[in-house]
Amino acid sequence: MTRPTPESLAQRVTPATVAAAANTAPAAVAPVATTGAGALVRSLEALGVEVAFGIPGGAILPAYDPLFDSKVRHILVRHEQGAGHAATGYAQATGKVGVCIATSGPGATNLVTPIADAYMDSVPIVAITGQVGRPYIGTDAFQEADIQGITLPITKHNFLVQSPEELPRIVAEAFHLAATGRPGPVLVDIPKDVLQAQTTFQWPPVLDLPGYRPTLHPHGKQIREAARLIAAAKRPVLYVGGGVHKAGATDGLRKLAELTGIPVVTTLMGLGAFPDSHPQHLGMPGMHGTVPAVYAMQKSDLLVTLGARFDDRVTGNLDSFAPDAKVVHADIDPAEIGKNRHADVPIVGDARHVIDELIAAVSANAAGTAQYESWWRTLNDIRERYPLGYDEPTDGSLSPQYVIERIGELVGPDAVYCAGVGQHQMWASQFIKYEKPGTWLNSGGAGTMGYAVPAAMGAKVGRPDVQVWAIDGDGCFQMTNQELATCALEGIPVKIAVINNGNLGMVRQWQTLFYDGRYSNTELGTHKHRIPDFVKLAEALGCIGLRCESKDDVDKVIKQAMEINDAPVVIDFTVGKDAMVWPMVAAGTSNDEIMFARDIRPTFEEDDL
Amino acid sequence: MSNKHTLSVLVENKPGVLARVSGLFSRRSFNIDSLAVGETENPDVSRITIVVNADSSPLEQVTKQLNKLVNVLKIVELDPAQSVQRELLLVKVRADRAQRSQVLETVELFRARVIDVAPDTLTIEATGNPDKLDALLRDLEPYGIKEMVQSGLVAIGRGSRSITTGPALRAA
Repeated sequence: MTRPTPESLAQRVTPATVAAAANTAPAAVAPVATTGAGALVRSLEALGVEVAFGIPGGAILPAYDPLFDSKVRHILVRHEQGAGHAATGYAQATGKVGVCIATSGPGATNLVTPIADAYMDSVPIVAITGQVGRPYIGTDAFQEADIQGITLPITKHNFLVQSPEELPRIVAEAFHLAATGRPGPVLVDIPKDVLQAQTTFQWPPVLDLPGYRPTLHPHGKQIREAARLIAAAKRPVLYVGGGVHKAGATDGLRKLAELTGIPVVTTLMGLGAFPDSHPQHLGMPGMHGTVPAVYAMQKSDLLVTLGARFDDRVTGNLDSFAPDAKVVHADIDPAEIGKNRHADVPIVGDARHVIDELIAAVSANAAGTAQYESWWRTLNDIRERYPLGYDEPTDGSLSPQYVIERIGELVGPDAVYCAGVGQHQMWASQFIKYEKPGTWLNSGGAGTMGYAVPAAMGAKVGRPDVQVWAIDGDGCFQMTNQELATCALEGIPVKIAVINNGNLGMVRQWQTLFYDGRYSNTELGTHKHRIPDFVKLAEALGCIGLRCESKDDVDKVIKQAMEINDAPVVIDFTVGKDAMVWPMVAAGTSNDEIMFARDIRPTFEEDDL
Repeated sequence: MSNKHTLSVLVENKPGVLARVSGLFSRRSFNIDSLAVGETENPDVSRITIVVNADSSPLEQVTKQLNKLVNVLKIVELDPAQSVQRELLLVKVRADRAQRSQVLETVELFRARVIDVAPDTLTIEATGNPDKLDALLRDLEPYGIKEMVQSGLVAIGRGSRSITTGPALRAA
C-alpha cells in the first residue's frame, strides 16, 4: 500500500497530492449510485482536475455525458495529438497533471506521439481513452486498438479498467503515478460497457501500488562523499537538467551555486532552472550548446549532475566526453544513474532533497569551499572569446535569430515560451533569456515537430495571466496548426511566431554540411509559392494574421501582437533560409570537435588549466 | 566464464505483467535465455524466473529498469552455488526393439523416467539443471530425437531463508 508521507504532500500541490491527501483523510464522499462514467468524472473532480483536452467518439461517449455537467472544463480540440500536447504544455507550465481524453482505436492511437513525447521528457499527464466493450475486446471490433499494449513502452504505467468499481482507485493511482517519483504519462483505458455499468462511487479510494516506492531522500553517506569531491575539485561544473524544475528545486540550486561558486550549465530541459543572466551561468551544453558550457564539461574534473541524464545530445561521443571528470550523479530514477556514464557517486533522490542536503553538507565541510579562481579565469576567457552570436544574412533577408532575440527582449522573462523542433527551437533556446522556471517548454527528448501550437494552448489555459509565445517553424506549424481553431473558439489568446524560412531548416542545415548541399525534400514552398499563406490560414482559423519581412518591422509587429489579447495571433516572420545553428557538435563526434561557426573551431589554451 | 544470471522476479499476479517484463527486455536489447512463470505461495504474487546473458553493467541496468515497472515487487539474483536450479525436459526418442534396452539404460543412468511407450518410440521425462539435460540429450541423440519440449528454468535459494523476506537486488 502506498501511503504518502505528510512531507511529500508539502512538496507540491498537484492533483496527485490532492488525491493522496484525500486518501489519508476520513471518507470525504458518501457512497453514491452512479455509472462508471459518473465515477470517472467524479474522480477527476475529487482530484482537483480543472481542465481536460479531448475529443469524444463512440467508445468514450458515455463519459462525455456527466462531463457535460461537470466543473471540469473540457476543451474540444481538433485532433487528439493536440489534446496530448496541450495536456503536456499545461503540465509543464503549471506543475500539475495534464489530462487528455480520446475515444478508442484511432482516437487513442492519435495520442501515441504526445504520450511518447511526455514519456521522454518526464511530463505528468494522464490519458483517458475509451475502449470497445469488454465482450468485444480481442475481436477486431470497430475502432478497436490495443492501446494498453501499444503504449506499454511509452508510459510510466497504464491500466485497462476491468470493472466500474475499480475506476476511482485506478484514476487516483494514475494521477499519483504520473505526478510522483520521476513523473511521466499514465494511460487509463476504459471499456465502453464499464462506463455504462451501474456502480457505487466512493471517495477516497485506497491506492494499491505495492511495487511503487520512489526514493525521495538521498543517502547521507553519498551526500557526504559528493561534498568531499566538491571540496577537492579544481574544475567542477554543476550540470543541471529538467529534474531540478520538476522537483521545484530552483531556489536551492541557486543557493548551492552561489555558496560554492561552481559554474552552472543547464540542459535544454533545464533552461530556466538557473537564471540566464546569472554570472555563474555558462549556458546550455550539448550539440548546439555554448562553447563555454561544452568546454567546461570537457575540461571538468567533477560533474555534479542534478536531474540530468547524459543524453547523447549533451555528451556527443560518449567515450571522449568529459574524460577527466569524476561524476556525482543525482537523479530520482535509479535507472538513469550509470546508464550512459559511470557515476563515481550515485545519489538516488528528489533533486530538492538532494540539493538541500548538499547545501548542508558543503556548508558543514571543514575544508570549506575550494577556490576555483583559475578555473573561472579560464572560463571567463573562453566566454569572452566565444559568445553566442550570429551573422546577419548577406542576401538581405531577415535574420531568424534576430527575430527570436527581439521577441525575447520585448516580451520579457515573465512570459512562457514554447518551441517546436528544429533550428527555431535551438535559436529560441539560445537567444531568449530564461530567468524563471516553467517559462521554457519544448520537446526535448522526443523531438516532436508540431509540439509548439498545442503545447502553447495548454500552457495558456494553465496560466492565463501570462503571455504565451510559441516560437514555431514553418514545417512544425503545418503539423498541428489546426488547434488554432480551438484557441480562437475557446478564448485562448496565444501568440505564434512562425519562423518561416520556407524549408525544413535543421534538415537542410545537415544537407548543407554533410550532404554537399543536395537539398532532398526539404523545400516546403511556403516562400516560393506561399502555400499555405500563413496570414490567410491564420484568419481562416479565427486568428489575427500578421506578416513581417524586414528587420525594420520586427519590433513593430511584435508589439502589435503583444497588444492583441482577445484573439490568438499568428505572425509569419519570413526569414532567410541559409542561417545555421551554431555552435555545433556534429552527431556522433566528440565535444572536443565543437565548431563555433562554419569552418571555425575554437582554440583553447590548454596551459591555462 | 559464462555471463548467465538467474533473476527471480516477484510480480503482482495481474493480467499483462508478463508482457511488461518480456517487452522491457526486448526493447532495451537484452536477450532472455529462459523464462518461467507461475504462482507463488501467495496467490496475489507470481514469480518469474529469467535467465539472462549479460555483463554485470547491462545486468544492473536491466534490473533497475525492471524495478521501475509498477507491478514488479522484488528482484533477487540467485547465485547458482547457493540455489537449486531445475528445468523439465520431455523428449520423444526413436526406440525400436533393437535399441530399446540401450535407451532405457540411458534413462536409468540419468535418473529420468519413461512416461509413454509406443512400438517405435519412448517418451522420456527428465528434470535437472541445464548441464545434466544437455548431457542426456547428447546421449539420446544417436537414437534419433523425434520431438522435444523443454520448460524454462526455475530456481530456489538453498537454506531456510525465503526470497520474500530476504534482501532485494537494488543497485545504486
